Amino acid sequence: MASREQILAALRGAAAPAEPLPATPARGVTHYPDPVARLAEAVLAVGGALVRAPTAADLAREAAALAQRLGARRVVSEVPEAGAGTVRLSDISDPHDLAGVELAVLPGAFAVAETGAVWVAAGELRHRGIFVVAEHIGLVLRADAVVNDMHEAYARIRFEGPGFGVFIAGPSKTADIEQALVIGAHGPRSCTVLVVG
Amino acid sequence: MSADHAGRAARFAADEGRARWHDGALWAVRQKRDRLAAELPEWEELRERAARIKAHTRSRLADYLEQFEREATSRGAVVHWARDAEEHNRVVHRILALKGITRLVKSKSMLTEECGLNAFLEARGIEVVDTDLGERIVQLAGEPPSHIVLPAIHKRREEVGALFHRTLGTEAGLSDPTALTAEARRHLRERFLGAQAGLTGVNFAVAETGGVVVCTNEGNADMGTSFPRVHIACMGVEKVIPRLEDLGVLVRLLARSATGQPITTYTSHFHGPMPGGELHLVIVDNGRSRLLADPAFQGALACIRCGACMNTCPVFRRSGGHSYGFTIPGPIGSVLAPAWDPVAHTSLPFASSLCGSCDDVCPVRIPLHDLLLERRRQLVAGPGSISPGKRLAMRLLGFALRSPARYQAAGRLLRLALGRGPRWLLYGPWNRWGRQRELPPAPPATFREVWRARQGQGAKGVGGG
Repeated sequence: MASREQILAALRGAAAPAEPLPATPARGVTHYPDPVARLAEAVLAVGGALVRAPTAADLAREAAALAQRLGARRVVSEVPEAGAGTVRLSDISDPHDLAGVELAVLPGAFAVAETGAVWVAAGELRHRGIFVVAEHIGLVLRADAVVNDMHEAYARIRFEGPGFGVFIAGPSKTADIEQALVIGAHGPRSCTVLVVG
Repeated sequence: MSADHAGRAARFAADEGRARWHDGALWAVRQKRDRLAAELPEWEELRERAARIKAHTRSRLADYLEQFEREATSRGAVVHWARDAEEHNRVVHRILALKGITRLVKSKSMLTEECGLNAFLEARGIEVVDTDLGERIVQLAGEPPSHIVLPAIHKRREEVGALFHRTLGTEAGLSDPTALTAEARRHLRERFLGAQAGLTGVNFAVAETGGVVVCTNEGNADMGTSFPRVHIACMGVEKVIPRLEDLGVLVRLLARSATGQPITTYTSHFHGPMPGGELHLVIVDNGRSRLLADPAFQGALACIRCGACMNTCPVFRRSGGHSYGFTIPGPIGSVLAPAWDPVAHTSLPFASSLCGSCDDVCPVRIPLHDLLLERRRQLVAGPGSISPGKRLAMRLLGFALRSPARYQAAGRLLRLALGRGPRWLLYGPWNRWGRQRELPPAPPATFREVWRARQGQGAKGVGGG
């Protein structure tokens, strides 16, 4: 424990003059009149796609169409209304067996119109890596679960106990070779946001 | 590493095509950053808030770290403390050795670069694989990153193709970035699935919730921490922030400043380990408390490592990150480096035109060019930091500037020399500026002469408004 005490003592001894902690804004300046329309633009800008499904039946149809378009045969679905899928996370004990999943349809808690990011509370999934190991992902959320910006987003997030959550904005990407944008670095090669309602 | 910034920069700039490309590529990132910043009417207010959040945190850093430790521990994480690089490396090694782990995947962490972790672990029989594509490229090439956000920005696509051919056995002559990335994906996916532990850096550590936040575009931090059971996250003491809501401010600034994206593809929040797994948090000082104790430079601890100051810097863009010879290249690195080793990094604060562009883009409003100037003041006061030639030139200049008569005489002499002096005199080794360009023609008359002539003609408008 000596290192801990030494570091804390050094930091206390060096403490900068007291500064007040500023209040954070409840939300940003821009208030989007049609948050879902703005979300669609933002998702597109980060390399994803947004599909609207007015009813639960539409959702099932859109999810099936997505799987077909992608030629996905190994499909995980954690959203019952979007169809059953062919692989159940609850049947898999070792996350390594998830390699080869072609499409994962996962529940998104809410989305952020400003950035195109969807909040996925992945700690609630049996295997938290499913959102990144699948070749393609679909994120399902309700049309009334779209906030304006990151301030509103963090106001909605609570961490009680251990847990893992992630904002996902589009498919995995890199520009590490000559700044050329390449979609599908390590994770999904596509990201479709399915908005119900 | 020696600190001959000028020599290394000259070698980088000798390949004119590469230097021009590097300059243009980083300037394009700067322009993307401008577009995204302009989208938010409250951009300047966010910068101000971020600066104040960081200033407040600095004033109570020890309290926030204790709170962070308490909360993180209550969520099942194990917190370790390390005073310096050596202790950090030993802590990480001990965690791995206790479980007999020999295969580690890493996502980007400038702290572990600073500590030299890879070499330390490799010498002890542990395979370390950097998984950020840019970091993997420089790791395979046996080089350090040349930029904190774009580690392989100094390499052209053909070089990456040749490197992959040599090290990964890919087809010869491959240079398409999409094809090369696909090869890297295949190669690294095997490593992710075969790893026994994953190590990440930390972008933000939240005292209120005991969680750490990691931002990537590739998803490599998530791949590296979802399959192996052991996750080690290494952070400098300055990474802690007070509240979850502070992330709203900082996350809005980070990716916009770094790459001109509204947010990184993945912003991952780790609170405790995965079920049945382990999460180790290593909190590292390594000179940061010393920096905090220096009232002139403690503000540099606000840095959130976005790299915006490098992308905008006219010197960095044209001389490349490796020429700085420090883990963090660019303006913020030139401010930080002398805190670690003033002798080795003497030249860095001078590798700046003090144009102030870095101040304008810094998301946490670090007054970088003031700090660079302050570093110069400190270094000048020390022995041997300025060459005798420069010292002599400065003394002569001071002598001329202290008296109006001497100043005017010097001006006359210089104009005469510029007009009639022989080339060997004007472009001798003392004229470094003139190595790449011609000196401007001398004006026909001095300002004083022009002024007197105008006064004589009765023109009153020049200075009177």
